[in-house]
Amino acid sequence: MKNWYRSGAPLIWLNAGAVSASLIMVVSLIGLIAYQGLGHFWPKTVMSYQYSETATAPTERLIAEIHDDEWVSKEQLKQSQPELTFKEDSIQRLLLKTGNRDSGGLDFRWIIASHIKSTERPKDVMVLERQEWGNFYGFLKEVREGENLVASSDKNNLWPELTRRLGRVHEIRSEIDGIEKDEIGRINYHIEKLRLQDRALELKGVATGSAPYHKIEAERQVLEKQYQQYQQRLVDLYKLISRDSLKAEIMDGTQITIPLSQIVRAFRPNAMSIPQKIGFYIEKLWEFASTEPREANTEGGIFPAIFGTVMMVILMAIIVTPFGVVAAVYLREYAPQGFVTRLIRIAVNNLAGVPSIVYGVFGLGFFVYFLGGSIDQLFYAEAAPAPTFGTPGILWSSLTLAILTVPVVIVATEEGLSRIPSSIREGSLALGATKAETLWRTVLPMASPAMMTGLILAVARAAGEVAPLMLVGVVKLAPTLPLDGNWPFLHLDRKFMHLGFHIYDVGFQSPNVEASRPLVFATALLLVAIIIVLNLAAIAIRNRLREKYKSLEQ
Amino acid sequence: MAQFNRDSSQQWRLLKDKLVRYGVMLGGISVIAAIVLIFFYLVFVVWPLFESPTSEVVAAYQMPGTTSNSSKTLHLSLDERGDIGGRITTSGEVVFFHTKDGSVITRQQLPSASKISSVAVGELGKNLLALGMDDGQTLLLKIRYVVSYPNDLRTVTPELEFPYGEEPLEIVPSGSAIEQIAFRDSEEMLTIVTSTKGGVQIARFTKESSMLDDEVTLEKSSSEYASSLKVAFILLDPDQKRLYLAEHSGAVEVLSIGDLDNIEKVETINVLSSDAKLTSFDFLLGGISIIAGSDQGELSQWFSVRDKDHNYLLTKIRSFDTDKTAVTTLAMESRRKGFISGDRQGNITIFHATAQRTVMSMKVSEHPLTKIVSSPRADFVFAEDAAGKGYFWHVSNHHPEISWGALWGKVQYEGYDDKRYIWQSSSASNDFEPKFSLMPLAFGTLKAAFYAMLFAVPMSILGAIYTAYFMAPRMRQWVKPTIEIMEALPTVILGFLAGLWLAPLMESHLPGVFSVLLILPIGILITSFLWWKLPSSIRRRVPDGWEAVILIPVIIGLVWFSFTLSLPMEEAFFGGDMRSWMYNEFGIGFDQRNSLVIGLAMGFAVIPTIFSITEDAIFSVPKHLTLGSLALGATPWQTLIRVVILTASPGIFSAVMIGLGRAVGETMIVLMATGNTPVMDFSVFEGMRTLAANIAVEMPESEVDSSHYRILFLAALVLLSFTFVVNTLAEIVRHRLRKKYSSL
Repeated sequence: MKNWYRSGAPLIWLNAGAVSASLIMVVSLIGLIAYQGLGHFWPKTVMSYQYSETATAPTERLIAEIHDDEWVSKEQLKQSQPELTFKEDSIQRLLLKTGNRDSGGLDFRWIIASHIKSTERPKDVMVLERQEWGNFYGFLKEVREGENLVASSDKNNLWPELTRRLGRVHEIRSEIDGIEKDEIGRINYHIEKLRLQDRALELKGVATGSAPYHKIEAERQVLEKQYQQYQQRLVDLYKLISRDSLKAEIMDGTQITIPLSQIVRAFRPNAMSIPQKIGFYIEKLWEFASTEPREANTEGGIFPAIFGTVMMVILMAIIVTPFGVVAAVYLREYAPQGFVTRLIRIAVNNLAGVPSIVYGVFGLGFFVYFLGGSIDQLFYAEAAPAPTFGTPGILWSSLTLAILTVPVVIVATEEGLSRIPSSIREGSLALGATKAETLWRTVLPMASPAMMTGLILAVARAAGEVAPLMLVGVVKLAPTLPLDGNWPFLHLDRKFMHLGFHIYDVGFQSPNVEASRPLVFATALLLVAIIIVLNLAAIAIRNRLREKYKSLEQ
Repeated sequence: MAQFNRDSSQQWRLLKDKLVRYGVMLGGISVIAAIVLIFFYLVFVVWPLFESPTSEVVAAYQMPGTTSNSSKTLHLSLDERGDIGGRITTSGEVVFFHTKDGSVITRQQLPSASKISSVAVGELGKNLLALGMDDGQTLLLKIRYVVSYPNDLRTVTPELEFPYGEEPLEIVPSGSAIEQIAFRDSEEMLTIVTSTKGGVQIARFTKESSMLDDEVTLEKSSSEYASSLKVAFILLDPDQKRLYLAEHSGAVEVLSIGDLDNIEKVETINVLSSDAKLTSFDFLLGGISIIAGSDQGELSQWFSVRDKDHNYLLTKIRSFDTDKTAVTTLAMESRRKGFISGDRQGNITIFHATAQRTVMSMKVSEHPLTKIVSSPRADFVFAEDAAGKGYFWHVSNHHPEISWGALWGKVQYEGYDDKRYIWQSSSASNDFEPKFSLMPLAFGTLKAAFYAMLFAVPMSILGAIYTAYFMAPRMRQWVKPTIEIMEALPTVILGFLAGLWLAPLMESHLPGVFSVLLILPIGILITSFLWWKLPSSIRRRVPDGWEAVILIPVIIGLVWFSFTLSLPMEEAFFGGDMRSWMYNEFGIGFDQRNSLVIGLAMGFAVIPTIFSITEDAIFSVPKHLTLGSLALGATPWQTLIRVVILTASPGIFSAVMIGLGRAVGETMIVLMATGNTPVMDFSVFEGMRTLAANIAVEMPESEVDSSHYRILFLAALVLLSFTFVVNTLAEIVRHRLRKKYSSL
């Protein structure tokens, strides 16, 4: 015992424990996100329970997915449900997702596991994902076309009929979406442009009623006419899409009619085979990555957030790379290596440690209000008082993050430059090259992997940063993407959605946190995956670089 | 020709070289300038907070519309931008004039022929007035400055409106002269209080709108009160329930008039300390605080505070410095808690109540000032002196509410029993008193950082020591990138997990969380001992430096074990519910999103920062030092403690500093994993609000260039300076350490 203590082993093991605990935390955190995020898309079995809350309460049927499962002590349960009494000290509770928010009010419910009388796995239970009101759980009874019954539960064609008709609904829906988003969006955009041209003429003092106004008016007429046509087409389509409906029985036995136009997807999880489930899973995963959110961001996909994040990061990279590299080249190759340069170097180093929210405050005050406000006064007077650039937007976000990440690029590039042996520079100069040529032909190409590392790290940092963006341009729901088919295609003044902010917003500001939580985990998983891949790439490049220079120095 | 070509190409090369040189210098310097700009821009925005206000005279002239010497000004008003002034005289005339030169716009005689004896202002900024006549009649009058834009030119037209008709209301039955008047008007009722020689009359008109049309009928009820005072001032609170009667001696009677049939006297109190004469007595914006001024220069703020017996009694809150000059008149700012005093020597002094600050003072006249008014935006002041001259001043006073005491000291706010540190920057109502104490935020920031460091420092330093000094190189190759990944994890994800997953988990497994803290170290020590006791044939299979791997399953097992035991433990020791047990036994409240969660989540974010730098410092301790120590017979542990740590301690210090900088400025984790309530409570089970989270929450809604906006910039500047200083210190320490290593 004494020997054991004197060897220092217990303390060494304690130190080892700290490392192990840190490693466990990282791995389990990523594991948790992956499990929760990926599990969400798998079609869960829907159970049917016979349940009575207390001994005297009547038995009711619950049709639901199990969402959570926990043990609580009897005293804690007593606080929330005093009417229950138990012999056991701890009780198992299940959190059921019963859906049907439109008829039940709540879509989640806690039940006591021991009070379940019987459990079933009904094969024909149907789950509907809807445009509104969340999921629906029930048994399909009838499919109707207008008033006519086309399929009912006594015949066998019920499910195929529903699938076929849903296919039709989806085709119509995609046409509606196309018109509403692309065509009418385009017309609105151009009409707004015309309004601004009109106002600009007014500001210039062009007399009302003169030729330029007529031209604008004529264009407006054309657009209005197109708009009317599309509007008519939409009315027709809406008539078509609302033709079919279905009737289904929910858990308390009542039958509910749901128009097919409300349904996003219908499936019977209990009847699915494993390959079917895998197919379903992939389909859901694709939907998540490629479609827009529904129902206050709690359902549907996150495509606009992915797009916004990528767009913003690309803009930032375009800004930060040249400036970061030039600053590093200046500090390492041109600036006199004295006290001042060392001071600057320390300052640049430290900027990486300045809280990101400070950059957000600076971005809001300087870029948005000061620069943006001045730009608006100079170039967008016709839009006043509505701000164009004097309001948070993607340009200001990328600029703010560029300032935030420029120290990362500078430090990485400088490190790369300092690793290049001076013999290489001297060799080039001795052969008669100017300093600029030496830089361009030998030094910079050799330092390019280091720049790459810096850029990747900067991108990884920018992709995960949320706090400053909350001040300078991120919104919870952007109606339009910053890149679209309307000239000038890239709209730098627009606000955008961002993966990190999406996590914050849906997880903490959403009306139905429980229902949206799996989606938040999935979003978090995507973000973490992007950042880990970027960082691993940076680490790999850096390690290869070190090996390369080691061989150079020998 | 060829020669020429080569020369020109040579020159072109040199030119290019030069161009690149200047280009790079320009680019590099501009990037560095941009970085410096951040600091200067923040200072530039914050600066006006601490700038002293300025004032300048715009015009001075004989009071417009003065015809007979007998008519005195009873009331002054200014329009929104201070272009037009209005003046009501004792002879019942309303004169509107241009403030810049005193030229009269219109003069109107009021419908009643009687002389006006007193004017009362209802709600500040509404311009609704009650005029008391010397024949006992009362007239309600609204002054409106109507803004229109004929030919795109801003034009203000002053208008008079009589919301209760041009016919005066009969309040005083006997027809005796009204001496003082006060009134308040609301959606439900109108109360007018007058004083005559005979006593105090209270008339209340309850408004009833008929079902059929929008017409409002007034239901009158009235009462009389015989005061023992010679009433010189009457004030009525906005709820029309409390009445303050004051006489020149400073004695104030507080009456409760909620029920006119049962008028209760709450208290009698003297607001002056000496035998001075009370010269002004008026409500501050909001109708809660009263400012009292005397002819001996006393100036104090009073409002009702609840005492031990739950009675609301008028209490002196603070007094203001006047250089002992007699206060002759007071004017209230109509959008903030500021007020203006005029004194006998012709000085105007601007004060701010909450900040207890004498903002500025200016001498405008040689004579005593009789009336002052501040424009709604508080950028102009108009004053009249005893000689009948008017003075129009421009005042640039944007942030009177900021003082050192208001930002960092305890302040007694309206409606509070005592002095407190409170941060509450905005509210729905207009006459709200902003509470800008940075203390709760600074405290919250330090509290969050403290708990995070409490978790992160031991974990990261111990881990770094092991990784740098004991760990097998092959394992180290894996550990270091993992920690780097840990550093790169976006804090929004940590915050989200902490708020939505960790916080509920810890709430339901509280005993488990605490037992982990106890069981883990003990379990590790026991594992170490058992390993020591194992036959060496087994021990040899795992070489030195792989202990951490053995511990991974042990730790997972121990954590799982204590979480499974959590519920039975709660049953056995805490009566089934640890939270209510804590509350009942010790009075400790429990927030789900508390400092414990913050400590863990933010600790997680800080660990890799400290870990990497510490590991670097320890790993680069020159090998000959450790080898020398080992050669002299010291055990690896002794070498570590006596040689390695000692040498690397500056590096460890700088690592902790940089970690602290990160913890102080972290935003998203705190924003998501606490309730964000600005409380000053050090309990582990309560939340906090930090400077950074506060900026994130309030900045988007803050009005540009308002005091609130600048204070948020100040918070950002404080964060920037703090982290910059801490990081620079750390950087210098590390730099010296590196030099020392290279010399060893």
